[in-house]
Amino acid sequence: MNIEIRDNLLQDIREFMGEDLLEMNLEYIHPLLRIKRDRLHDACRFLKNTLHFIYLNEIIGTDRFTSEDRFEVIYHLISLRNRQRLFLKVRVEEENPVLPTVTDIWKSANWNEREVFDMFGIRFEGHPDLRRIFLPEDFKYYPLRKEFPLLGVPGSLEMPNTTPDHD
Amino acid sequence: MFQPDSNISRKKPTYFREHQEALYKSLEDKHATVEVDQSDPLATRMTLNMGPQHPATHGVLRVLMELDGEVITKCRLDTGYLHRGIEKMAENKTYQEFMPYTDRMDYLSPYSNNVALCLAVEKIANMEIPDRATYIRMICCELARISSHLLWLGTMIMDAGALSFFLWTFREREKLYDIFDEVAGHRFTVSHSRIGGVNNDFTPVAEEKIRKFLREFPDELKGWHKILDRNRIFVDRNNGVGAIGHEEGIAIGLAGPSLRATGIAYDIRTFEPYMLYDQMDFMVPTRTEGDNLARYYCRMEEMAESVRIIEQCFEKMPKKGPIRVDDAKKSYPSKDEVYYSMEGLIHDFMMTDTGICPPAGAECYHAIEAPKGELGFYIQSDGTGHPWRLKINSPSFSNLQGLETILDGEMVADTVVVIGGLDPVMGDSDK
Repeated sequence: MNIEIRDNLLQDIREFMGEDLLEMNLEYIHPLLRIKRDRLHDACRFLKNTLHFIYLNEIIGTDRFTSEDRFEVIYHLISLRNRQRLFLKVRVEEENPVLPTVTDIWKSANWNEREVFDMFGIRFEGHPDLRRIFLPEDFKYYPLRKEFPLLGVPGSLEMPNTTPDHD
Repeated sequence: MFQPDSNISRKKPTYFREHQEALYKSLEDKHATVEVDQSDPLATRMTLNMGPQHPATHGVLRVLMELDGEVITKCRLDTGYLHRGIEKMAENKTYQEFMPYTDRMDYLSPYSNNVALCLAVEKIANMEIPDRATYIRMICCELARISSHLLWLGTMIMDAGALSFFLWTFREREKLYDIFDEVAGHRFTVSHSRIGGVNNDFTPVAEEKIRKFLREFPDELKGWHKILDRNRIFVDRNNGVGAIGHEEGIAIGLAGPSLRATGIAYDIRTFEPYMLYDQMDFMVPTRTEGDNLARYYCRMEEMAESVRIIEQCFEKMPKKGPIRVDDAKKSYPSKDEVYYSMEGLIHDFMMTDTGICPPAGAECYHAIEAPKGELGFYIQSDGTGHPWRLKINSPSFSNLQGLETILDGEMVADTVVVIGGLDPVMGDSDK
């Protein structure tokens, strides 16, 4: 990772985002940027088309467990041309957690957004196929939220009867 | 309520009804813009469920396909049958306690997973580890890569119809199991890496075993190349099957050898060198065709490169030296200290009870090139011994997402070969 190229890229982002770039963390080499939620789609388009972050590696959801802006969604982007990684963060509130989808920008966002939806219940507006990915649709909880108990909720899923003569 | 296509007959699902209906509905909706001739006078259209118990899906993957004759018009994947909530478990364990769980993710190359976690924790806690430990990790990671690729080779060719190959690759894997047994004390789930180093040094026997393997393995590899490279059946079965271009490969987020087979030399070992890979002389094999045959060549050449890397490691490795950080606040003390000194025992207890505490509010990402692609850990710390959030970026997940696109338009008989070629491991993908 070339620090000079990184700083040039960050300068470009700073100019584009202006006031909407809320936070920048360079402590562990990879830049972590937090931006305003309204500018997410806009910023993603800029990052892909102008700065060549063409590879969306993963989308990370986290639960900050605060009363304000409870959830955080982190987009992990890679620019193959400049050999850079970038983490773009937005925060979502607990009531009505909705974000615009980025599947129209990066196709690979599809499953990653489904995973965040499955684990945290954050909905992505405009996603072509927003279903749960690991857990069945019948499950009504979001397990990676901090209030979900480690041992699960008994009876939350109807399981097949294990004795052979139950019918 | 979802109304299925009346031309296609289906049994009513018994369990997880909502889930099943949503899945079928999603299959109906895929490529909804394409006009489909609903009349179907010859009744060639059908929905086919493959898995989750199908042996060729390499675990519990379910593929839901809509066929037109022999061609897959569209398909959907249903994953999650092996979901254990490993990220939730991580939040309730100390970093070191969580390490053995990583063995169970990509269970074909457990050593790489251990190292990936340890490197991520060491990065967030700002630790430097001794050189000898790094070399031991590198050697074992490359052995794990060979071991994983051997299983891929055996099963992929078995899927293509050649059964005896599986036995030959497993004979070589058996030698690797013996090596891991000698190095770590376990054949399969090794859990050998520790935060701050490794558990124990190579014994002379282990070193001799690895060297013996290095002497013999290239000949085996050469023999396999000889039998497969110009084999008419094998080439016809794989050439042009599951092909994907480099732009599409990036767009759908392929990882590892599958991405490199499309012509993109994205390998973390050179993209962002970790451990001591920047001092090694090796190639990143790439192909441009992006089909199954290209993936075969990439992986075969990777195995040869791994052998070269291990040989260089042995040359450069310091003959003696510590294998773990000598700082009781950051890493486990050696067993000698624990048994014969009071402080050692206290430190051992503290490490087990609390473990290493990265600075509060720190967040970092570290990735390694696991055999199947980029394996990364994103850790958020709140200053305690448990991670606040630990996200696993698993290569099989990325590759399986690509499979949904790759399979569209393929023949149904090629499904197993394409799955074999992408080499997903469900333990890795389902977390």
